[in-house]
Amino acid sequence: MANRNTAIVVFASAVVATVLSASAIAQAGRDYIYIVGSSTVYPFATVVAERFGRGTEFKTPKVESTGSGGGLKLFCEGVGVDYPDITNASRAIKQSEVDTCASNGVAEIIEVKIGYDGIVIANAIDAEAVSLTLADIFLALAKNVPGGKDGELIENPYMTWADVNAELPEVRIEVLGPPPTSGTRDAFVELAMEGGCKTVPWIKALKESDGDAYKAVCHTIREDGAFVEAGENDNLIVQKLEANPNAFGIFGFSFLDQNTDKVKGTSVEGVAPTFDAIADGDYPVSRPLYFYAKKAHVDVIPGLRGFLREFSSERAWGDEGYLSDRGLIPMPEEERREVATAVRELKPLSAAAH
Amino acid sequence: MTRKPATREKLEAGLKRRRRKELAFQLVGMLATTVGIVFLGVFFADLLGKGSSAFVQTFVKLDVEFTEDVLAPGGELDLAYADFDGLVRDALREEFPNVSGRSERRDLYRLVSIAAGYQMRDMIIADPGLLGSTETIWVPASSTVDMFVKGNIDPALDEALRPLSDAQLAWISDLQSSGRLETQFNSALFNNGDSREPELAGIRGALMGSFYMLIITVMLAFPVGVAAAIYLEEFAPRSRWSDLIEVNINNLAAVPSIVFGLLGLAVFINWVGIPRSAPLVGGLVLSLLTLPVIIIASRAAIKAVPPSIREAALGLGASEMQVVFHHVMPLALPGMLTGAIIGMSRALGESAPLLMIGMVAFIVDVPGGFSDPATALPVQIYLWADSPERAFAERTSAAIIVLLAFLLLMNLAAVILRKRMERKW
Repeated sequence: MANRNTAIVVFASAVVATVLSASAIAQAGRDYIYIVGSSTVYPFATVVAERFGRGTEFKTPKVESTGSGGGLKLFCEGVGVDYPDITNASRAIKQSEVDTCASNGVAEIIEVKIGYDGIVIANAIDAEAVSLTLADIFLALAKNVPGGKDGELIENPYMTWADVNAELPEVRIEVLGPPPTSGTRDAFVELAMEGGCKTVPWIKALKESDGDAYKAVCHTIREDGAFVEAGENDNLIVQKLEANPNAFGIFGFSFLDQNTDKVKGTSVEGVAPTFDAIADGDYPVSRPLYFYAKKAHVDVIPGLRGFLREFSSERAWGDEGYLSDRGLIPMPEEERREVATAVRELKPLSAAAH
Repeated sequence: MTRKPATREKLEAGLKRRRRKELAFQLVGMLATTVGIVFLGVFFADLLGKGSSAFVQTFVKLDVEFTEDVLAPGGELDLAYADFDGLVRDALREEFPNVSGRSERRDLYRLVSIAAGYQMRDMIIADPGLLGSTETIWVPASSTVDMFVKGNIDPALDEALRPLSDAQLAWISDLQSSGRLETQFNSALFNNGDSREPELAGIRGALMGSFYMLIITVMLAFPVGVAAAIYLEEFAPRSRWSDLIEVNINNLAAVPSIVFGLLGLAVFINWVGIPRSAPLVGGLVLSLLTLPVIIIASRAAIKAVPPSIREAALGLGASEMQVVFHHVMPLALPGMLTGAIIGMSRALGESAPLLMIGMVAFIVDVPGGFSDPATALPVQIYLWADSPERAFAERTSAAIIVLLAFLLLMNLAAVILRKRMERKW
């Protein structure tokens, strides 16, 4: 009987101890760098983090994949060991986010542009190679397309690529792409869809007169089954393309780079999505990638200064650096030098050219 | 007299119909079971087919020299800036002296993993006496070489379309014919934490994370769940309140697990202030998740104890407390433990609630405690499945195999426990 009572006491104290230790841990410091943010930058940030952790006496930074918006939200919650030191983003920070940051005491933010990512439209390796224009992409994927006369919008009637452009094959339009929560989708809509949308003169004029209507026309993707939301997993899209030679898929350049024996990139405006074409800015559907760091955390969190140096070093983001092996498209050399200098001087956002 | 055969005919006709129905029902049942087994078989075959190759890894034998000039330029070992990668490159050049030209050499260096340099560093840290000597070591090949050796890259493809050049393929076959390239057991898979280099990536970090979380879950959910079950079953007065609680517990067991993650985010991280990604938060969330399962299983186990035992104990003068702890609980314990193990195996396989509390993270260092950042096994699978590098595909399947093995072990333990400790009345 004594034994049973002891057992109960042990159980009860275990419960109490867990809860108590929880609050004790909450007050402890942090000896590793804490990074959040975009899932597009994640594959690059993790490589730098790992090299940094193995090559220095510091711990390997923790990199959480939260998406660009989610990352900036966490980042802007405050200054201190409970909040991330760095957030990755596949788009530039918005003014509203800068304001949120400032109101929570995150005043000085260091913006670091790390390179470019191309968004590719690909199909299976043995499928017919096609060349699309931005206008083709818009007409094939928009919910509403311009009708016969100016100012008229009709529900997208195009069923095959040949309907869109007589030079394209007579194949049903079927495009697998990321869901609206994805940064890749945002960039695709802004660069490819809007780029094609603007080629229609009266829609371009609409931008000045009625911005909301312009956005609604250019940014809305059709929902009748021609565009299939395939989830965030780009490997899955590659697998589906392999199985279906008629389908096209939209994903980041690094997945094309790793799967050149399974899928091929479609030329857009006559430019194929190659490493060089994206680096030169010739390929139209590419976007810059960033990370943001808190100046207040430098020299407080061990290793943060070194990590910033490592990320902006030539051996990481240079033309032949280890990040380019992973599919990051480097910036031109001069721009790299500029950003690296700004990082070394810890130049905050307001002072840096934006 | 004429009515009798008529009834019999009617009866026989009915009987036939009944038998036909019975047969049809059995056939449908058999079909359903077969379909289930076939799906399971396809799933396992696919997993094993894809994942089994991840348990081996291609290694290259190199003669590396721990050159004094490089490692100890001032006479003293200087590891922070020592160029181990350079020594590995020297060894490769030694092996293929005919390779010249910058880009060709770069191709050559890409045959072995960057792990080779780390391996050399670990060796000299363990034994500084190696300085100046030449050692023959097996280092992991890079993941593209590994993929080729495992047959995942077709050499017949056009050179531009495959990740290995013709020259690289020639070097690989040279190494193979001289016995300097072979596949060995992939111990990194079980000894390392996560990595972005597939040949270095392992599940140890994720396994330890899951382990710490399950410890918290057992420590919290089991005692609390059993205590709640005993109170509700033996002591609580039957009233509208206890009915309400019962309905709520049953409801809680069916709540989607992501909701518990949101709760954990709001309460444990934002309010209590426990750091994100810690196994402590994960364990707390998972114990909330398993609590209803344990309460329900424990109550069922207590209900199954025959009333005669309680009555006999009461009749001999035991107090209610004594009845519960001396007689009912020992008899109900096997059922409670089974419930707990099933709850645990559900917790082990959960990933959705962990997404909300920051456990979807790249963590290289193997966690050493309850507050170190960690991931869990299912989350590691999710992260690997989303990695661009081809070699992660087989590692994803391998991690799933390991997870399934653990789930199988736990469920087996539950079955054995039930069979061995079960009492029949």
